[in-house]
Amino acid sequence: MDQLNLDDIEALALGATLLGTGGGGDPYIAKLMMQQAIEEFGPVPVVEAADLPPDSLILTTAIIGAPTVILEKIPAGTEFVASVRSLAAYLGKEPAAIMSIEVGGLNTLLPIATAAEMGLPIVNSDGMRRAYPQIEMTVFTLAGLPAGPLSIADEKGNQCVFETTTNQIAETLARTAVIQLGLANAISCYPMTAAQVAEHGIQGSMTYCTRLGHLLQDVKAGRDGAWQTFLDESGSVEFFTGKVIDLDRRTTEGFARSTVILEHLDGGNRTMRIEVQNENLIAFEDGEAIITTPNLICMLDSETYDPITTESIAYGNRLIVIGMPCAPEWHVEGMLDLVGPRAFGYDLDFVELPG
Amino acid sequence: MNQTRDLRVGVDVGGTNTDAVLVDSAGAVLASVKVATTPDPIDGIRAALDAVLKGADPTRISKAMLGTTHPANAIIQRIGLDPVGILRLAAPSSLGVRPGAAWPEDIRAVVLRSAAIIEGGHEYTGQPIAPLDEEAARRFAGDVQANGCGAVAVSAAFSPAVTDHELRAGEILAEELGSDFPVSLSHQVGSLSLLERENATILNAALLSVAKGVTDGFQAALAERNLQVDAYITQNDGTLMTAEEAARFPVLTLGSGPTNSMRGACALAQVSDALVVDVGGTSTDVGILVDSFPRESSAAVEVGGVRTNFRMPDLISMGLGGGTVVRGTGPDVNVGPDSVGYAVVTEALCVGGRTLTLSDISLAGGRLDGFGDPSLVADVDSATVAAALDWVDSQLAVMADRMKSARADIPLLAVGGGAHLIPDEIPGVSEIHRPENYQVANAYGAAIAEASGAVDKVYSYDASSREECLDEARELASNVAIRAGADPEQVRITSVTEIPMTYVPGGGCRVMVKAAGPLA
Repeated sequence: MDQLNLDDIEALALGATLLGTGGGGDPYIAKLMMQQAIEEFGPVPVVEAADLPPDSLILTTAIIGAPTVILEKIPAGTEFVASVRSLAAYLGKEPAAIMSIEVGGLNTLLPIATAAEMGLPIVNSDGMRRAYPQIEMTVFTLAGLPAGPLSIADEKGNQCVFETTTNQIAETLARTAVIQLGLANAISCYPMTAAQVAEHGIQGSMTYCTRLGHLLQDVKAGRDGAWQTFLDESGSVEFFTGKVIDLDRRTTEGFARSTVILEHLDGGNRTMRIEVQNENLIAFEDGEAIITTPNLICMLDSETYDPITTESIAYGNRLIVIGMPCAPEWHVEGMLDLVGPRAFGYDLDFVELPG
Repeated sequence: MNQTRDLRVGVDVGGTNTDAVLVDSAGAVLASVKVATTPDPIDGIRAALDAVLKGADPTRISKAMLGTTHPANAIIQRIGLDPVGILRLAAPSSLGVRPGAAWPEDIRAVVLRSAAIIEGGHEYTGQPIAPLDEEAARRFAGDVQANGCGAVAVSAAFSPAVTDHELRAGEILAEELGSDFPVSLSHQVGSLSLLERENATILNAALLSVAKGVTDGFQAALAERNLQVDAYITQNDGTLMTAEEAARFPVLTLGSGPTNSMRGACALAQVSDALVVDVGGTSTDVGILVDSFPRESSAAVEVGGVRTNFRMPDLISMGLGGGTVVRGTGPDVNVGPDSVGYAVVTEALCVGGRTLTLSDISLAGGRLDGFGDPSLVADVDSATVAAALDWVDSQLAVMADRMKSARADIPLLAVGGGAHLIPDEIPGVSEIHRPENYQVANAYGAAIAEASGAVDKVYSYDASSREECLDEARELASNVAIRAGADPEQVRITSVTEIPMTYVPGGGCRVMVKAAGPLA
C-alpha cells in the first residue's frame, strides 16, 4: 500500500470496526472526516517507520473524550493538527509523519485526516492494533517508552502540554484535562523517533486493517470461500454461533460494563458468556474462559457479517464469535500485567487461541 | 361536550390501498372500506371517506385521523422536495464534517442549496461553545435569498439540551426573511447526535410544501363532507399530531405506516405485548409490541439513503406474501422471493390465472378459505404443498424468534391480507390471534391513536439523585403529552431509557422518556 485514498475508506472503516473488538468508538464520524480531508487535501502516503530517517520525529494524534459527547460535538479537525503542532513546538522539532496510536475503532481513521491536512505521510504502525480504553495500554509502555510529554488541544485554541513520570499518570492527567475542555478533544502522545517505532511498534497496522476490511467485504458479497480466507489470513478461530439470550449493561468507574450471553444455534445446551468493559475482554464457554484479552473477541452478525459493537447488541441478535490473535508484538515481558485478564480485574489466566 | 359527537374516522394511505374505518367511542368498528390508492392520494382519501361515511351522521364525528406514506414517497422518489439552506451553529467545532456529508448525490443535488457553519452551540456542560454569531446568521439569510432556498434548517451542538441559540437564530431568520419563511429547528425534530438530527431537520424543511399539500387536502376533503372535526396525522411512534403541527414536522410521520398497523392489531386483539406479523401480497413485516407500542430500532435509520436518528418500529421484513411465486415440485420446491403482488386476484391458479402462488398453496393446504376455487388447485401435488408450507412455517418461526425480546412464549397477532398463511402453531409463540377487521388494522390504528410527549435530556446523577432526575423527566414528558392533547387524567409513562455516558464525570446519563394518553 503506497497511499490511502477515497477508495480505501470503506474497507478501512470496516476493518477498524472489527479491530474495535466491540468498542473503540463508532468510526462513522471519523470516516466522514477522513473523506472530507482527502477530498480537500489529497490522498495520504503510507510509509514504513523503517523507511524514514531513524532520528526523524513521529507524532501521534487521537480523539480523547466521551463517545456520547463526540456524537453531538463533531471535531473541527483543527484540534488534531493543533495537538501535533503544540507538541512539536514543545519538543522543538518538526514531525516527519503522523501515526495512529490505536488501530481499532475511530482512532484508526482520524490521524489519516490529520496527516492529509498537514501534508504528512501516515506511518504503517500503531501501539495496540485493537482498541483499549486507556492511554497506557500500548506495546510502547511495555518497551519502557513514555507517553509524555503529551499535548491536549481543543477546537478553540486551548492547548496544554504535560510532562509525566508514568504512562498511568499520563492517562489520569489527560482525562482530567479533557473533562474541562468539553470531552471531545485531541491528544498527541508517545512522541518517538522513527527508529523507536520501527523497533517497538506494531508493524503493518494500517495495511492489516485495510486488508481485513477487504476480506470482510468479500465475505459480505457472498464470494465462495471468502469466510475461510478471512479466518486463515487473520489467524482467527471461529468459536461459536449463537443467539443473544441475555444482556446486562451497567456503568461503573466510568466504564460501560456489560455481560452478553449467547445460546448456541445448534439446539444443544452450549452457552457463551462475554464480559465487556468498553471492549470485549473475556469469552467463557460453559463457565470456562476460552478467549481472553489481549487476544481479540469479535462478534459478527451471522447473516450480514457486519462487525457488531457492544452498544448495538440486542436480545435475539444472531452472532458469530471469533477469537483473533493480538499483534505478535504484544507477546513480550509485562504483557499480562498491562493488558491480561487480571489487569481488568478478572482472576483468570491468559488463554492461547487453539491451533 | 356534545354527547352525540362520539365517532372517529381513521384513514390510512398505503402503497396499494387506502383504507378507512369509522369507530365509536368504545372502539367498535361501525364501517370499514378499502379503495385503491390514487396518483394524487387526496382522490383516494375522498373516495375512502365517501364510502366509509355512507349512511353515517356527519355531526356525530368529532375527530379524523390520517396516516399517509406521501412524505416518505416524496423522499424516496425525490419528488416535490424544496431546496434547503442549512445553518449549523457549532463553530469552531464540527468543521471536520460539512452538512450533507454522505448524502446520496441525487437527493443532495435536489435539496442542499446553501450551507454555513457559524459560531454558536453548546458543550455537554451547557456552556456555550461560542456566543452565537448573529451577524453571520444575518449574512446567511442573504445567501438563502440569493440562492432561492425554499426553507431553512437550523442545527446546533447540544440543542436538545440547550435550545437558546437555535431559537435566537430562528428569530433572526424571521426578521431577515419574513415571519412566514419556513424554518425548521433541529431540537424540535430530533434527539441527540448532531449529524443525524441535522439530516432529519434538512429532510423536514424539504418536505414542508409536500406536507402542506397533504394536510390542506385532508382538511378540505373533510370540510367538503361537512365534517366539523379536529384533524390529526399519525407519527412514527403511532401517536398523533394535529394537522397544523404535522404541516410543520412532516419528517415525524415517515414511519407511521407499520406503526399504525401494529397499534391497530394491538387494539383489535386487545393484547398489549405480542409479536405482530403483517402478511401482505408481496412481503411480510414482523414487529413486536411492548406495552401496546411497537419496539423501536436501536440502529440508525436511513430514509431514502440519508442517515437519521428517528425512532422507527423495529421490523424484520422478507419476501413472503399471498402473491409470492412458487416454483418446482415436491421437496425441491422454490418459494419466491418474487411476487405477482396485487395481481394475485387475477394471476393465481385458484382464480383461473396461470401462476402458482402461496395463496394457491394455502388454499390447497386448507389454510385459506373464502378466496378462489379449491378445484382449480386440486392438481397441485400434496408433497409440493407440504414442502412450500414447511418453508413458510420455518421462515415465520425464524422471524418470530429473532424479534422476541425474552425467552418466554408470547402471543402473536396475525394481520394483513395474507395472514391466512400463518400456521396455528409457531415455536416460541403461546397463541395466535386473528383479530376481526385485521385487513384494515392500519386505518384502525390511526383511528384509535393517542397523543404523546417525549423528552431526551442529559442529567448528572451526582448533582441530584437518579430518582429526582427520572421524576423530572417523567413530569416533563407528561406535560408535553398534555400540551399535545392528551387527557391529563389518563396520561401515563410509556417508556424510560437510560444511557450512561462513558468517561463523563458526575454520573452523566442520557434519559429518554415518553408519555402518552388518549385525547381529552
